[in-house]
Amino acid sequence: MARVLIPALLQPLAGGNAEVAAEGASVGEVIRALEVTFPGLAVRLVQDGRLRPGISVAVDGVISHRGLRETVNPASEVIFVAALSGG
Amino acid sequence: MPSVPASSSETAAPAWRVVGTRPVRPDGVDKVTGRALYGADLSLPGMLTGRVLRSPLAHARIKKIDTSAARALPGVRAVVTSADLPRAADRIEDLGEGAINLRYLSDNLLAGEKVLYHGHAIAAVAATSASIAEQALALIRVDYEPLAPVMTVTEALKPDAPLLLADLHTDRMGQRDAAPSNVASHLRHERGKLEEGFRKAALIIDRRFRTETVHQGYIEPQAATAQVQADGQVTIWSSTQGIFAVRSQVAEVLGLPVSQIKVVPTEIGGGFGGKISVYLEPLAVLLSRHAGFLPVRLVMSRTEVLTSTGPTSGSDIRIRIGADAEGRLTAMQAELYYEAGAYPGSPVGAAAVVSFAPYACDTMRVDGYDVVVNRPRASAYRAPGGTNVAFAVESVIDELAESLDLDPIEMRLINAVREGDRRPDNLPLSKIGYVECLQALRQSDHYRTPLTGRHRGRGVACGYWGNWGGQSSATAVLNSDGSVGFNVASTDIGGSRASLAMQLAESLGIDYSQVKPRIGDTDSVSYNDVTGGSRTTFATGWAAYELGQKLSAELRQRLALLWEVPVDTVTRQGDGFAAGEKRVGFAEAARLACEDAPLMVSTTVHPKGYGAAFSVQCADVEVDPDTGKVTVLRYTIVQDAGKAVHPSYVEGQMQGGVAQGIGWALNEEYVYNEKGELLNGSLLDYRMPTACDLPMIDTVIVEVPNPGHPYGVRGVGEVNIIPPAGTLANAIHRATGVRLTALPMSPPRVLAALWDKSGYSPFA
Repeated sequence: MARVLIPALLQPLAGGNAEVAAEGASVGEVIRALEVTFPGLAVRLVQDGRLRPGISVAVDGVISHRGLRETVNPASEVIFVAALSGG
Repeated sequence: MPSVPASSSETAAPAWRVVGTRPVRPDGVDKVTGRALYGADLSLPGMLTGRVLRSPLAHARIKKIDTSAARALPGVRAVVTSADLPRAADRIEDLGEGAINLRYLSDNLLAGEKVLYHGHAIAAVAATSASIAEQALALIRVDYEPLAPVMTVTEALKPDAPLLLADLHTDRMGQRDAAPSNVASHLRHERGKLEEGFRKAALIIDRRFRTETVHQGYIEPQAATAQVQADGQVTIWSSTQGIFAVRSQVAEVLGLPVSQIKVVPTEIGGGFGGKISVYLEPLAVLLSRHAGFLPVRLVMSRTEVLTSTGPTSGSDIRIRIGADAEGRLTAMQAELYYEAGAYPGSPVGAAAVVSFAPYACDTMRVDGYDVVVNRPRASAYRAPGGTNVAFAVESVIDELAESLDLDPIEMRLINAVREGDRRPDNLPLSKIGYVECLQALRQSDHYRTPLTGRHRGRGVACGYWGNWGGQSSATAVLNSDGSVGFNVASTDIGGSRASLAMQLAESLGIDYSQVKPRIGDTDSVSYNDVTGGSRTTFATGWAAYELGQKLSAELRQRLALLWEVPVDTVTRQGDGFAAGEKRVGFAEAARLACEDAPLMVSTTVHPKGYGAAFSVQCADVEVDPDTGKVTVLRYTIVQDAGKAVHPSYVEGQMQGGVAQGIGWALNEEYVYNEKGELLNGSLLDYRMPTACDLPMIDTVIVEVPNPGHPYGVRGVGEVNIIPPAGTLANAIHRATGVRLTALPMSPPRVLAALWDKSGYSPFA
């Protein structure tokens, strides 16, 4: 199962955990799996079928531009982070 | 200036033929001879002059706008207000500068129900001359209901503060607070048990800081021209960091398909993040449409630039850090309140990541708040958000080092992040050159030379910036003489024509002079993200590299057919190709290859492996105890460039970032009166540094190759502006014994702090 780091503001919805395990072959599937265990978490990450504006996902240390479609392996680490922009 | 290989293994890195050299930039002659065309230089037959009416009030409800007298003035061809804008969707989109609500973007172009800052655009006019357009502005009558301005975080957070946006509710990562607020969002990064970490500390420093609003200060004001044709096709000429970002923003706010809009880039006189958001382009399109399809040009005055285009946020910051007796950090806490201006979107998210990124600490919490105030909507500015927070963090780290009797570089080396360590948002760092930068500064002539003299001090600070990749496209056309036409759509702000052409030449194995770069419009080159986020030499450079590989492969293929040999026997040899006894130079290969059909290759990339950047800086200052004036005596910047494609332009980026950072640290600030009117809307009163204010800024390029790029490139444009304010604050402290906790550290502030320290009261 992938290792998922839960953002601080969402940890109350994940039983207070900073880190959980979840199955899924993509980021979207991982979020669906999280929702089964922790109802209410998915809606905080997903809106209109994609990651909420302002949220990015990093898989194995690399921020993905594929969002929910990004591939996840059983040994992957998935981190949800604030999207950033530069000047 | 010296370039420091990171280690002996890096000295064995491939010796590039073009990358790492210092050729003349392709656009250099045109720019130094004045032939380069900027936005304000554009002239078209029948072109009208546009002007914008701006709010004299910082916060007011618009009761009525009467444009009838202006419309009746002879020579006036069009007048537009927010009533001419389509109703924008209440939807958040990323249009090239981060996520923004389309309604706010539209409302910032032409105020609807309320004006939200002094300088907020209300109406625009197109006329046959500038004087008529200005007369028309004076004839527009606006009936306001003045409201109390909210100018700072402190005012915005008061329970009874007037609300700028009635429908704004604090978003806490997808959860909206029930009551409306001036706080648009709250984010938090956290790991470890904070108070346990502080209990392990031998020393805790807890300080509060304030930084003021500052502007990017690009030398060329915004300029845009638009012509709408009778069939609805739109052409826009714009001074912009991103032609596709202009196209998408105009399309969204005017409800046009992108296929109907062509954006042509003009040369650009600086941007630094401030030329991503549109201000004039949609107005020029509306005016052209209303003026019978005549072209309309709008050019901002300097005052308009200062009052009405995005500066970067002022901020209130609290930093609390604990360290054990050996200097190892045990806990770090930050509270960041960033002023977004009139609409949500301050760079507090980036600031939260930058904050403690240079420090390996298992226990930290960072809270960030995006706060709306009656100032112009904040825009990106070179490493957005980073300078504010680094000023605060680096001041506290310096205080800890001093209290623990540690050298400031040693303090940072003890706690430095390395590959695999995590940023505050828990993202692990890939290969980085931070420790190498610290070591390079410690070994530098500057740091090893003692500073002597009264009222003098030396400061050190560091900074992190994550950089960005983004999407790029490019096309290469092989000419029969062996030269290569190279078409990109990344606008060239800091010498990227050269740095990109060099990477194509390197990849193709030809001379740099044989590559002819050209910046295309949105109809001639496929999509490119903005020139921003320190991405262009990295990502469009990736595209250049791929073009070279593709073109080389195609040449081998065609030569193999011509020579009737298997393609895998055709190899690169010297400056040409060979197969057995057959050999041709590159130009001859090009001639042969193009005999049957032209040869052109295209590529699109979206590279992920953009490596993070670090910079460490050192300044010597002298403080005049009678006036409070700070003179920078010597300045050295060390920065990891991965691989400096064109070292002169890397050094230029480093020096430019430091120069802007020094201005931010010592003098620049927006000064408002109690009504929220900007008092220093000119470059006479908004005090940017000139060459007279700065010493020669020494540069040390560290090269720890980024494994995510074929030549090891990291973005170099932004991280350099992060440390200067902290560097100078620490230097001033060492010179005077006074720790300044507010920017700018201008003569009045420094003098007041000196008087406060000595107990002197000039008015007693």
